[in-house]
Amino acid sequence: MTVQVVLPGALASLAGGQRHLDLDPAGGTLADVLDALCAAHPLLGRRIRDETGRVRRFVNVYVDGDDVRYGGGLTAPVREGAEVQVLPSVAGG
Amino acid sequence: MTDLLAIGTRKGLWLARSDDDRRTWTLGEPHLLAQEVAAVSIDTRRPAPRVLAGIQYGHWGPTVMWSDDLGGTWQETDHGAIRFPEGQDAALARVWQLRPDTADRPDVVWAGCEPHSLWRSTDGGCSFALVRGLWDHPHRTTWEPGGGGGAVHTVLPDPATDRVTVAMSTGGVYVSEDGGGEWAPRNRGITAGFLPDELPEYGQCVHKVAVDASGPDRLYAQNHGGVFRSDDAGRSWTSIAEGLPADFGFPIVSSPHAPGTAWVVPLVADMQRVPPEGRLRVHRTRDAGETWTELAAGLPDGNWSAVLRDAFCADEHESTGLYVGTRDGCVYASADEGETFTLVADHLPDVLTVRAARLP
Repeated sequence: MTVQVVLPGALASLAGGQRHLDLDPAGGTLADVLDALCAAHPLLGRRIRDETGRVRRFVNVYVDGDDVRYGGGLTAPVREGAEVQVLPSVAGG
Repeated sequence: MTDLLAIGTRKGLWLARSDDDRRTWTLGEPHLLAQEVAAVSIDTRRPAPRVLAGIQYGHWGPTVMWSDDLGGTWQETDHGAIRFPEGQDAALARVWQLRPDTADRPDVVWAGCEPHSLWRSTDGGCSFALVRGLWDHPHRTTWEPGGGGGAVHTVLPDPATDRVTVAMSTGGVYVSEDGGGEWAPRNRGITAGFLPDELPEYGQCVHKVAVDASGPDRLYAQNHGGVFRSDDAGRSWTSIAEGLPADFGFPIVSSPHAPGTAWVVPLVADMQRVPPEGRLRVHRTRDAGETWTELAAGLPDGNWSAVLRDAFCADEHESTGLYVGTRDGCVYASADEGETFTLVADHLPDVLTVRAARLP
C-alpha cells in the first residue's frame, strides 16, 4: 500500500527538502503511516508526535482532507493512495 | 580572553561577546530564531566550548540542541536527547535547566525538566537518562505545577561528593546524597503561604537555590514569598528577607568566590510581580543575608517588567560579573559585582535565561 504524506514548508528540510513523501506503511491506520514516516525520518517523526506516540497538541493531521481528531485519531483508517497532510495549527504569539 | 554571554529568549538565542574584560559587548545575530530557549549553558570543559540549548519548537515540541562552534551550526539527536522511557505515559514538555557537572566529570550534564523530572547525560548533553530515584519518588504525584508549569528548574551537583540538590515549583528542595538514587525533601523553615499548612514537609514553591562560596552546606533560596538561608545543606532554613523591599522574586545568585555574597532582584508580591515602585534593582548581601544593599547604577526606573528565575547569573571572574535579563527584552551586565550595570541588549523577546563564561 502506498500513501502520500504532505508536509508544511517548515518541516520539509527534515525530509531532504521534499514536501511530498510516498510511504509504504505496514498497516492501514494513521499510526502505521506515522511509524513509517518516523522510521524513514526520525527527526521529522519527532516533530509530529511526542515519545508517547501522541500527535503533538499544535499539530493537525488530515487524511484525505478530514481532521483525524474527529475521525479516530491515530486509529483513523488510511486507504491505498490516500493523502495524509500535516499542518501546524493556528497557535503562537 | 573572550567572554561569552548566552541570552535565551522566548523567540531565540542571542550570543554576545566581550574582548575587553567585559567593558563592552557585541551582540550577534539571532540563533534558533522563533524557538523558545528556556535553558542554556556554556560548557567550557570540552576542547571546543559547547553551547547547549533547551528549546521548544513551538508547534513541533521540545528538545536539546548543541553547538560546538559558538552557534555556527546546531545539532540534535535524531530520536530526542530527552525522552521518557516507554510505559511512563509522559512526554517532555520543556527543558528548564541544563547544568554541566564539574571538570572531574567532564561528560556529565544534568537537565531539569517539565514534567517534574531530572535527567543525567554522560555524553556531554547529546542524550540523557531519566533519574529514576526522583521520578519514582512517592511524593511526585503530589507536586503541583506552578504558574509556569511543574518542573525541576534548579540542579546543583556537589563537586566533591555524590550529593545532588534540586528545586522544584512546586515541590520544594530535594536532596540526594548518593548521586540520584534516594531523595528526601529539605524544606523545613521554608514557608508556603498558598497552603493551609504554611510549613509543610514539601510542596513549597521554591523559585531558585544557590550554593554559597563557603561550601556546599550553605544554601540560599528565593522562595515564592521569602528569602532563606540554610547552613546545613537544606535540613533547616531561616529567613534572610529582612532589609529587602520585597521578599518575592525569582532568581538568587551567589558569588563563586566570596563567601556570604549573593544577589536577588526583589519584586512586589504576590500578584503584581513588578519591581517595587517600578525601579529595577539588584540587592546584594555580603554577610549571608544579615544585611542587604540596593544596587541601582545603570538599572532603569520606570520599569514594570520582571526578571525570571534563570535570567540572572554570575560569571567566574575574580571580580564577579552579573547579567540580568528582563521580560521586556533588556540585558544588563556588571563587571564589578553589581556596583554598576550597562545595557548589553534591548528590544529582544522576553529573556528567559542568561549564562556567561570565559572562553578558554
